[in-house]
Amino acid sequence: MRNNVAAWLARSVADAEARGLPELKPLLETLSRSLQALRDADQEFGHPAIPEDDEPAAG
Amino acid sequence: MRTRSSGTLQFPRTMNQRLGSLLDAARLLQRRELSPVELTRACLERIASGNDASRAFITVMSEQALADAQRAEKEIGKGRYRGPLHGIPVSVKDLMDVAGTPTTSGSSVPARKPAHDAPVVANLKRAGAIIVGKTNLHEFAFGTTTDETAFGAVRNPHDRSRSAGGSSAGAAVALVEGMCYGSVGTDTGGSIRIPAAACGVTGLKPTYGEISAEDVVPLSTTCDHVGPLALTVADAAMLYYAMTDGDASADRVPETAEGPLWLGVPVPYFLDKLDEGTRTAFARSRALLADSGHSIADLSIAHAERTADVYLHIVLPESAWYHTPLLEKYADKYSPGVRLRLEMGRYVLAEDYVRAMHARTVLRRAVDKALEGLDALLLPALAIGAPPLGAASVAIDGTSEPVRAMMLRLTQLFNITGHPAIAVPCGTGADGLPRAIQLVGHRGGTERLLAVAAAVERQIIGGAGSVGGGAG
Repeated sequence: MRNNVAAWLARSVADAEARGLPELKPLLETLSRSLQALRDADQEFGHPAIPEDDEPAAG
Repeated sequence: MRTRSSGTLQFPRTMNQRLGSLLDAARLLQRRELSPVELTRACLERIASGNDASRAFITVMSEQALADAQRAEKEIGKGRYRGPLHGIPVSVKDLMDVAGTPTTSGSSVPARKPAHDAPVVANLKRAGAIIVGKTNLHEFAFGTTTDETAFGAVRNPHDRSRSAGGSSAGAAVALVEGMCYGSVGTDTGGSIRIPAAACGVTGLKPTYGEISAEDVVPLSTTCDHVGPLALTVADAAMLYYAMTDGDASADRVPETAEGPLWLGVPVPYFLDKLDEGTRTAFARSRALLADSGHSIADLSIAHAERTADVYLHIVLPESAWYHTPLLEKYADKYSPGVRLRLEMGRYVLAEDYVRAMHARTVLRRAVDKALEGLDALLLPALAIGAPPLGAASVAIDGTSEPVRAMMLRLTQLFNITGHPAIAVPCGTGADGLPRAIQLVGHRGGTERLLAVAAAVERQIIGGAGSVGGGAG
C-alpha cells in the first residue's frame, strides 16, 4: 500500500476512534484497499496529468 | 386466459396468477366488468391477511385508497376513463413522499411528514392510480437484503426463510402476493432489479433522470433512479409512462420489437462469479433466444472490474452528505451497519470523489462502446438466488463471497453510467428460486429497451409475463 493511502487510513482510524467509533476500523481498512485500487487505476482511466507511457509511481 | 409456454423453463406460481397483470385488470375496468373498489378491496384484504408473514408494507392507506377507488369508479362510470392506470392499486416505496403519510425510509430515525406528494406520486395519481400503501425497504435504501430495517426483514414469497432482495423488497413482494398491480421503487446500485430478480417479477431502472427523484429521500443523488416493478414488461411500460409524465394512455404500450435482435453478452467480470442456478438459467435463456434467431455475441466492457471501487467512492460521500445532519442528532436510531456505512462516507477525500467521477465518464463511454450496433446487452440480473435471511456470505464455486458485493455485482455499473436496464424473470434454479436476465439499453433509449424486453420476455416465457403473474 502506498504511503499516502496508509497515512489516510491511519488518520481516519484515529479520528473514528476519537469520535467513539472504533468499529469503523475494519470498514476503513476495506475502503483503503478500494481506494488504493482506484488510485492505481489513474493511468488506466486516462488521468489528464499522467502521460500514457508514464511508469507507475513507486512506493 | 393466456397460458405459460415455457419449454424447459420452470416458473414458480404466485397469488397474482389468479388475477392477471395490470393491463388485464385495466381492460376489465375500462369495460366496467370490474370495479376499482372491488379491485382495491381485494388488494387490501390480501395485505391484511398476508402482511404479517411477508412484511411487505410499512403503511397501509386503506381509507384513502377506498375513497380514491370510489372516485375512480364514478369517473369511469361517467365515461371519463383516463387510461390503463385508472383505478389500479399501486404501492409506493416508503422512501417517497406521499402527502399525509410518514416517510419512514425503513428507519427508526424520525420520519418525514410531507404535506405534498413527490412528483412521481403526483404523476401516478394524475394517471388514476390508487395508492394502497408504502412498502418496506432496506433502511434508507442502503442495502440489498432488508436485514436492516426498523420494520422487520421482508420475506421472499418463494421461500420465507430467504431474503426478498433489496432495497425495494416490499415493492416486489407486494406484486407477487397480489397486494397491488404495480410498484414504485428506487435503484441506486440495483435496488429495483435485485428484488425483482430475487422474487420473480420485472423491474425497470430507466435512463438516469427520466423519472423525477424530487421528494424522494436520496441515497446517492447522482446514482439514484426511480422506476417501476411490475408483473410484465408491458405493465412496467405503463407505469414508466405514468411515473414520467402522468400520461399512461393505452396507445403508449410499446410495440414488441420485431425481427432478429442483436444482443451482446459481457463475459469478463459479469459471468466470472455466478451460482450454479444462475449460470444454468442464463445459459438456457441465451440458448432459447439464439434458437429463436436472435444474434448473440460475447463481448467485454473495458474497466468493468473497477466498478465496485468507482461506485464506493461516489455513493459513500454522496450518502454521507444527506445523512450527516441526521447522524449528528439521531446516530443511535440507525441500524448499526447502516450507520457505519454512512459514517465511512465522511472519510472519503474530495480528491478521490472527483477521481471516481472522472472514472465514471470513462465507464460510461465504455458501456456506450459495448452497445454500438446492438439492441441491448444481455446478462444475468443477480449473480445468486435469494440468500437466506441474515446471511453475510455465500459460497460460489467453493469460495465464500460477501452477500452484499455479490448482489450488487451485475447491476451497479449501470447506476454509475446511467444506462437503462431491466430485469426480466427467466425461470428458476434447481433450488426452486427465481432467476432473471438483465437487458441494458442505450442511454435515452428506455422505450426501445422496453420493446426489446417485451420481445425477449415473449421468447423466454411465452409472452405470459413475469414470474409473478400475467396469466389472466
